[in-house]
Amino acid sequence: MKNLLLVEDLWASYGEHMVLKGVNFALKKGEKVVIVGPSGSGKSTLLKCIVRLVEPIKGKIFLDGVEVTSPKTDIRSVRAKTGFVFQNYNLFPHMTVLENIALPLRIVKKLTKKDAEEKAKIMLKTVGMDAYMDKYPLQLSGGQQQRVAIARALAMDPILLLLDEPTSALDPELRGEVLDVLRRIAREGISMLIVTHEMDFAEEVADRMLFMEDGKILAADSPAKLIHSLENERLVRFFRKLKA
Amino acid sequence: MLDTLFFIASIIPFLIQGISVTLQVTLFAFAIGLALASLLTPIRVFAPVSLSWLPRTYVELFRGTPLLVQLFLIYFGLPSKGIKLDALTAGILALGLNSAAYQAEIFRASIKGIPESQFLAAESLGMSRLQVYRYVVFPQAFRIALPALVNEFVTLMKESSLVAIIGVAELTRRGEYLVAYTFRALEVYIAVAMLYLVLCLTFSQGAKIIEKKLKIPGYERSR
Ligand SMILES: Nc1ncnc2c1ncn2[C@@H]1O[C@H](COP(=O)(O)OP(=O)(O)O)[C@@H](O)[C@H]1O
Ligand SMILES: [Mg+2]
Repeated sequence: MKNLLLVEDLWASYGEHMVLKGVNFALKKGEKVVIVGPSGSGKSTLLKCIVRLVEPIKGKIFLDGVEVTSPKTDIRSVRAKTGFVFQNYNLFPHMTVLENIALPLRIVKKLTKKDAEEKAKIMLKTVGMDAYMDKYPLQLSGGQQQRVAIARALAMDPILLLLDEPTSALDPELRGEVLDVLRRIAREGISMLIVTHEMDFAEEVADRMLFMEDGKILAADSPAKLIHSLENERLVRFFRKLKA
Repeated sequence: MLDTLFFIASIIPFLIQGISVTLQVTLFAFAIGLALASLLTPIRVFAPVSLSWLPRTYVELFRGTPLLVQLFLIYFGLPSKGIKLDALTAGILALGLNSAAYQAEIFRASIKGIPESQFLAAESLGMSRLQVYRYVVFPQAFRIALPALVNEFVTLMKESSLVAIIGVAELTRRGEYLVAYTFRALEVYIAVAMLYLVLCLTFSQGAKIIEKKLKIPGYERSR
């Protein structure tokens, strides 16, 4: 099958501080890929580079045949067809739940107000939040906010969904509702790149797992193989620490 | 004591006529300030570096010199260049230009208060820079700015007493008249001060109601 996403020798830095040091990987259409790795290894930066929320300093990224890293590419059109879900939800606090989803549909996808709201309601239903459409984000629990954020990303009909630790800001008892939604979405066949440390979820959903450390991908295999690996000392240590 | 109270009661009607001028000066000056600050702020945010000195210099100039000197420049200085303004217009203009600098600073600080994560979320959805500011940043920044803007309005109301010096018949000026006729400076200025106090309290209370209306629902709970 064809590569939906191809990342070639990607380098990125914040000022002098080099964070990505030659990242290579591909993601096929419909594939679910999970990224794991210690804090500070560059996982968030990698996700942000894919839609140029962080500008890479070297390397190439292709998404759906378009070279994202080319200066000629209209990055906004790339962002409009990818979904990004953040660790801290990042909903717009001054808008209702419905407006959070309808606004980008209106001003980016150029839907009419009526169509945008209709679509927003459908998306809210798929994450089980339609009863809360007139509430404001800060009136909701973290799990509810994240479900709305997922609906907002999905509403754009993304060809790739990027999720950066979608459950790690949540209290343990709120993670299940978000993971359930993600499982359901995954079954729909959408391509996903997920940073997460939920290993049960990863084993169940992901086709492949990438292990990142110090700005590089050190290992890539099926989740089961990596999680239960006995050869690679670094992996063994990482997963043991995660369980503890 | 009773005599003092009677005296104050008797001058209140005369002073109250000055309140309408004080309010007029304050409202127009604040509006000029708001309009100018609303021009300066987008220049600060969007304009290339080659233009960003303009709003910065404006703010430095008006915050770095005394309001009274600015007022004298406009009322006594400009006529030599053929620009003759009546006292009321000159007063409103000086206060307005001055307030613009403070209001622009308030807006700048409020925009700075919007977390980076809001920009990231808006950009990740494909919004243009203009859309990010129009729909996500400015509406939130305005709410952050409100208490400081109210404070600026109240400050302006008190500073408007300066225009008495060039002869605008507002509250303070009317007090001066009364002192000249009655020689009872203490009672007159106590009455004047009380009227300013009532005005300021009324406005801050009214503003609190507006702030409550505009408050982002759920904001307190999340802190
Ligand atoms: N906006 C930023 N400015 C400067 N340094 C940053 C910024 N974001 C992340 N970093 C640094 O880059 C490194 C990688 O961060 P990140 O990509 O967030 O890692 P991860 O998501 O794997 O925890 C860390 O050392 C972090 O401190
Ligand atoms: Mg991270």
